[in-house]
Amino acid sequence: MGLFDRHAGLLEAYRDVRTTGLDPFQIRMERVLSPTEAIIDGKKTLLVGTNNYFGLTFDPSCMEAAIEAIRNEGTGTTGSRIANGSYSEHVALEQEIAEFYGKKHCMVFTTGYQANLGVISTLVGQGDFLLIDADSHASIYDACKMTQAEVVRFKHNDPSSLDARLRRLGDKPGNRLVVLEGIYSMLGDSAPLKEFVEVCKKYGAYVLIDEAHSLGALGANGRGLCEEAGVLDDCHFIVGTFSKTLGAIGGYCVSDDPDFDILRVTVRAYMFTASPPPSIVASVRQALRIVKAKPELRKQLWDNVATLYDGLASQGFKLGPEHGPVVGVHLPDRETAIGFWRAMLDAGIYVNVAVPPATPNGVSLLRCSLCAVHTSEQLEHMVEVMTGIGRQMGVLPPPKLRVAGGR
Amino acid sequence: MIVENDGIADTITLPRAISRAAVVRDICLHLGPYQVGDKPITGKTVIAKDLTIDSLAIMDMVMELEDRFDVSIPMSVIAEIHTVDQLADTIQDLRARG
Repeated sequence: MGLFDRHAGLLEAYRDVRTTGLDPFQIRMERVLSPTEAIIDGKKTLLVGTNNYFGLTFDPSCMEAAIEAIRNEGTGTTGSRIANGSYSEHVALEQEIAEFYGKKHCMVFTTGYQANLGVISTLVGQGDFLLIDADSHASIYDACKMTQAEVVRFKHNDPSSLDARLRRLGDKPGNRLVVLEGIYSMLGDSAPLKEFVEVCKKYGAYVLIDEAHSLGALGANGRGLCEEAGVLDDCHFIVGTFSKTLGAIGGYCVSDDPDFDILRVTVRAYMFTASPPPSIVASVRQALRIVKAKPELRKQLWDNVATLYDGLASQGFKLGPEHGPVVGVHLPDRETAIGFWRAMLDAGIYVNVAVPPATPNGVSLLRCSLCAVHTSEQLEHMVEVMTGIGRQMGVLPPPKLRVAGGR
Repeated sequence: MIVENDGIADTITLPRAISRAAVVRDICLHLGPYQVGDKPITGKTVIAKDLTIDSLAIMDMVMELEDRFDVSIPMSVIAEIHTVDQLADTIQDLRARG
């Protein structure tokens, strides 16, 4: 058996995805012009699928901070924090994130994926129990493979399903860690966090929440769903990423646990990888200042969510269950989703296509993510284009014809 | 949002002792939509191979069965289960221990 034979099924599916002549998983941005526009295939294209929620990738102050850091401290750290030591900027960033949440401790990771992978797989071990939402991100599933703890899934966003699973554990010894996400990345829906926290309290379970898509977007100060739901103090571990709202790359975990820092010498995804480069740390510090100083960006983002979500809903598209910075558009099957995606790209609009097995319940989606600096004209144009394609492809019913002179 | 707890409702009405045949029957019912042609689903059916169900759908089906029979099957155990018989045995085993 050849090394790649086991992937035969996936190879076939991947071939299908490329039948439109373009590979949605290998799109080349020839030039990125701004947070909302890039040149793709020689053409200026509207970007509505980049998780760039506040549009900070081109913020002049963030860019200047990064350039200044490169001049002062070089391009990279060339080693891990434990082997090569920390730069002052690493420590300052950790202090600033801890303060942002009002928590005592923070650890910064090189990517958000590593933050989830390392923290979750290390917090629980042999004899412990890890309970995860069925729609968890791949980084959470991968953490499950790396721990000796017993892993049990509960139904997506269903506190009673979690309750049943914690109840069944009875009085078995061992810690219980429940992993949730602030906003789920495919359909943009939020966890009923207050209810989940109540269940966790009832059974003495620890709560870890991943605010990757909700940092900046939710909460009066942009701390995420934990703040929005008023349960920040009940979330024992909050994980997040720098690669979305903060416009760079990296991850973090904050906690009040007095022994939290032991993770610095136990989490392998922290110990055995190079630390974030000075430019990234500097731009993230500046981006965090902006999140704190400009709450209007949050309002702009949600205004844009409303424009796109309500616009598409009014045309009859089937969408994710609620407003969110991610708007998932349901399409009947994989082929339609891929055809729709390609037609949008031809019309100069880039979104993500998400098809099984990467999606929950085998759904096929166009995944759109909003940016605070999208203009309403851009988004209204997008609704028009999608409506036209939807009608051509038979996803939407034809427009109701008005009879001239009719009453 | 509406939260329905079918798990608890089921367990209240489900007697503790339940025959293995009944468990197999229930599993086959859940697997029905993934049947290939007329080939019947039996205890010997290899779930991931003989049917059209993918790995994610298998895990979702297991979640339904967990609530039906009021047991939790850890993911590492699910990974070792291949046939309908093995799944039924696991459920029976966990029920006996619970």
